[in-house]
Amino acid sequence: MTRAASPGTGDRLWRGAVIGIPYFWLALFFLAPFALVLKISFADPILAQPPYSDLITWSEATGYRLQATLDNYRFLVEDNLYLVSYWRSIKIALVATILCLLLGFPMAYAIARTPQPWRNLLLLLVMLPFWTSSLLQLYAWMVMLSQQGVINQVLMNLGLISTPLKILYTNVAVYIGIVYTFLPFMVLPLYTTLERLDPDLYEAAEDLGASPTQVFRDITLPMAMPGIVAGGLLVFIPALGSYIIPAMLGGLDTLMIGRTLYDEFFLNRDWPLASAVAVILLLVLIVPIMLFQSLQQERKP
Amino acid sequence: MRRPSGFLCTVLAFGLAFLYVPIFVVITYSFNDARLINVWGGLSLRWYRELLRSPEIIDAALLSLEVGVVSATLATLLGTLAGLALNRMGRFRGRTLFSGMVAAPLVMPEVITGLSLLLLFVGLKELTGWPHSRGFTTITIAHATFSTAYVAVIVQSRLGAMDQSLEEAAMDLGGRPFAVVRDITLPLIAPAMAAGWLLAFTLSLDEFVITSFVTGAGATTLPLEIFSRVRLGITPEINALATLIIGGVAIGVAAAGWSMLRSRQPRPEQAGPREPQALR
Repeated sequence: MTRAASPGTGDRLWRGAVIGIPYFWLALFFLAPFALVLKISFADPILAQPPYSDLITWSEATGYRLQATLDNYRFLVEDNLYLVSYWRSIKIALVATILCLLLGFPMAYAIARTPQPWRNLLLLLVMLPFWTSSLLQLYAWMVMLSQQGVINQVLMNLGLISTPLKILYTNVAVYIGIVYTFLPFMVLPLYTTLERLDPDLYEAAEDLGASPTQVFRDITLPMAMPGIVAGGLLVFIPALGSYIIPAMLGGLDTLMIGRTLYDEFFLNRDWPLASAVAVILLLVLIVPIMLFQSLQQERKP
Repeated sequence: MRRPSGFLCTVLAFGLAFLYVPIFVVITYSFNDARLINVWGGLSLRWYRELLRSPEIIDAALLSLEVGVVSATLATLLGTLAGLALNRMGRFRGRTLFSGMVAAPLVMPEVITGLSLLLLFVGLKELTGWPHSRGFTTITIAHATFSTAYVAVIVQSRLGAMDQSLEEAAMDLGGRPFAVVRDITLPLIAPAMAAGWLLAFTLSLDEFVITSFVTGAGATTLPLEIFSRVRLGITPEINALATLIIGGVAIGVAAAGWSMLRSRQPRPEQAGPREPQALR
């Protein structure tokens, strides 16, 4: 036996373990479950434990029979509730993403232009709420927005309103909750692209007589585009399927698809229908997710 | 470097106020003796006492800590292996599928992950009798699975940015792959693993949706307990709990973040040997 690098049994075992262990884990606990969701979305709900019918049944008379049904999907299309849920979720997530961008872009820009060590401190301040509990952050907004909440108290003391505004349990509160929860995801990628902007470019443009608006439109905005797209997707994707934000801050009429799925499962106990809702949600999300993945791949050298 | 304009500074100040005012409001109310939030009943620690006297909260917090420690450790193990597999093992069959499975949990809606894992646990029980009941084990498996993705991303970016010449030298000198990883790679990526563990631990402590799908009777984590209390409205004990959690996290993150940012500042003795790599 020489010590030259011909792979021995031990080496092959090691290689197999490094690849095989996480591979097996993720295949079992991440990939296989999706196959099950897909399978159960074609089943009938029944009163049993677990509450869905088998796709393949066997009996003496008929042998094996495939009993798949498209009923769940047909129901999703026919009952307005689900289409409205998908549509409203997309609308709410999109508007919230734009609001997040409008707030996050100037913030990231300001941080990128702040000299060290303040810059790191500001970044830390933006990131800090992300590390605390998101449930408690939303709870804090319940305290802010409720009828006796801080915002209503301040507005009434200032004499601006005479009766408290209803903000909590409306879509406005949901927008605030989404922007609040995902703001760090918008600011960080924007900051990373804006920080790399070369100050010489600005000077050159200004020397050539460009106005601040022109500089922003023709230099800053195009250069920041990768950050805008990455940040936008990082807000839009989780916002679209969010459950706790509409459940805690939204009203009964705030139909978002994550909440509809959750209620279908926990309140109506219709597992096959909830699975069908999940399959369609995944189809809605597949375009933005693929876009995000290809963006991540591009960035790697 | 030019300074930010007045407009940018104003928006930044507004943004930071937006982020921090609700937190400070909750902290203030946690010391309010009155039950209602529109009345100031004077300073008191009443709600902290009530919090500590509530066995449900204490039990839930303990369960959350247990799940957090075990699932973060599992996720660090799996995530580090996944990072090594994607960054040091070259090509292997099914690599594309594998890298997809590693990255996908990051962007998967929690309702889908939660529903699908529950269906798996129910299906497995039908098939094999395991898991007999849902609770600590199923929650821990679920948390470890989504946290693995976060650890893998952190470890991968560290492995990608690392100078590989030390590992190559060790291989050239006849080091076996396992020994090289143990003696060279692991010590070098240890900070990334620690950061991954911390992130996995925090994510686990905060997870609500997936947990509510995969839990069973009797296993209530802290987020489940908090949610069941606040969905009916404002509860003063939760103000106190929020203050404790936010305070604890803030101190921990501020300390960790600050030390990390300081150590990231380039030191001249480290900048030197990296340059030849860029030429290759």
